[in-house]
Amino acid sequence: MYRTAKGEEIFVIDGHTHFWDGSPANQKNIHGKQFIECFYAYHSNLSPPSEKWPLEKFEKYDAKTMFDDLFVTGYDDMAILQPTYLTDFYKNGFNTTERNSAIKKSHPDRFILNGAFDPRDGTKGLEDLHALSEKHKLKGVKLYTAEWRGESKGYKLTDKACYQYLEAAQKLGIKNIHVHKGPTIIPLNRDAFDVADVDDVATSFQDLNFIVEHCGLPRLDDFCWIATQETNVYAGLAVALPFIHTRPGYFAHIISELLFWVGPDKILYGSDYGIWTPKWLIDKFMAFEIPADVTKETGSVLSMETKTKILGLNAARLYGIDVEAQKKKIRAGGGYAHLPEAVHAAP
Amino acid sequence: MTTMNERGDQNQQMAGARPRGRAAEVWHCLQGVTDPELDESVVELNFISRVEVDSENRVHIEFRLPTYWCAANFSFLMADDMRRAVIELDWVVGVSVVLGEHMYADKINEGLAKGLSFRDTFGVEADGDLDDLRRTFLIKAFQRRQVALLNHLAGAGHAATTVVSLTLGELGDLPVEDEGAKLVRRYLERRDVVGPVRADALAFLDAEGARLKADGLSSYVSGLRRVGINAEFNSALCRGLLSVRFDLETPFVAKSKMSSSTNSGSQHVP
Repeated sequence: MYRTAKGEEIFVIDGHTHFWDGSPANQKNIHGKQFIECFYAYHSNLSPPSEKWPLEKFEKYDAKTMFDDLFVTGYDDMAILQPTYLTDFYKNGFNTTERNSAIKKSHPDRFILNGAFDPRDGTKGLEDLHALSEKHKLKGVKLYTAEWRGESKGYKLTDKACYQYLEAAQKLGIKNIHVHKGPTIIPLNRDAFDVADVDDVATSFQDLNFIVEHCGLPRLDDFCWIATQETNVYAGLAVALPFIHTRPGYFAHIISELLFWVGPDKILYGSDYGIWTPKWLIDKFMAFEIPADVTKETGSVLSMETKTKILGLNAARLYGIDVEAQKKKIRAGGGYAHLPEAVHAAP
Repeated sequence: MTTMNERGDQNQQMAGARPRGRAAEVWHCLQGVTDPELDESVVELNFISRVEVDSENRVHIEFRLPTYWCAANFSFLMADDMRRAVIELDWVVGVSVVLGEHMYADKINEGLAKGLSFRDTFGVEADGDLDDLRRTFLIKAFQRRQVALLNHLAGAGHAATTVVSLTLGELGDLPVEDEGAKLVRRYLERRDVVGPVRADALAFLDAEGARLKADGLSSYVSGLRRVGINAEFNSALCRGLLSVRFDLETPFVAKSKMSSSTNSGSQHVP
């Protein structure tokens, strides 16, 4: 919960969090080591110095640390757990639905547990998706199109097998498809970060929502164009948001373009925890205004109403969260006990 | 042998320590090689970690990238462009380019050493060469340079009607101050991506080679704005990741072994 100086309460849903194990004990090979070190470079490069963690903590943090960082020190009311399996790099996987489900189980009102699928898993994978969905009542999945599987170095959303999985997701009521574009898609002579396949599936699956993580970066320009055409394509702010500290000028341009092309109803806040933590991200975001010269170019303004949508209301709509009812639940469970009296006494 | 690593080049203030002679020529040459995605020089981006010229005029170049996962195709393109640029120097008898700490380093380095094409290097993992990819990013680079120049010309008071009818000859003759001259030069370097370059050809065309219209110019410019913003964001991210990955922030302290070869170690001891 974020509370403004005027006492307005802003309900925050963190659209992108992880409970991973990237520790050396879990690393299968050099790629596992390089993967977590690459994440750590993002963390080190873009975090304020006071928020930097030692590598050991970053590699593997416990559930309590995560809970405190998100909900006690941080302003998150709820967080979506997005799995990333990486079973070719990590012995027990990096951040599986199973691992995430333990923390969800301890704090059911705080977390939304997403699943995952990989179209290269064939019929068995479809069966697993059914089982996963039944077990966890999934409303969303996270897809990492650059995941390595043996000889395969990734897939496209437009692959025939992926269509079958998306059809299955639709039938199972999994409405939210979070897409993370990484490098190394085969064939290697094409643009590895191309977002054109998102355009294709968004047209074919009008009932599904496609939340493109990192707002399509490093293809923000192409992504904006697609999101303008497709009503069911959303922008996840992870990776762009931390620039608010190191490079506020760039962040201003990016948020201004996103508001211009994608619109205030289709942008979702995400900390990408443990890469970054909600406290400083939201403090900076709430204090941020788009400079006049940038507004002049796009007409975009980051109003309080828009901030409220980005921080929680948009995700609440996608995941069917009744904000007032959820606040009551969290309050009843003592979830706001650490906040100043005025906040948790609010109706 | 002349040895000069990147830190030496970037950090040393002593004029005498700057690369001289043939190594300097190689550095100068590499200045013109760009990261196709970012449209910036690989030297400016700090990607080159080592340049050596041996006594037989063979050049050895080492480079590294911001992450272990940087796309294989761009990595290969940059290495290939470095080789092609440097071999143009008339005294060079051979060029080796080696990429370090990358998921495809072995494969790329082997392909480069054998002088293979991208397609032959990656075999079944690639279903063609890199021409389409290169063109996609040349167009983006063109658009980014064009929008920067159009904004500059608008800011300097040139009317849209005048701008869209300028020929390349007239653009070259336009009285502009330093910043403008740089933007014109950069634009002209990429203008051939969209159409033939002749003095009487129109200076400003869109990506399809069609002339721009004065009345739609501002919406055309705002449509292209995101291309430049994307590239600048990526560039900032890449520079940041590179500097963390190779600790380029910490002032360089020469190890005793190196100080004798670079003859400048004491300059860096705080």
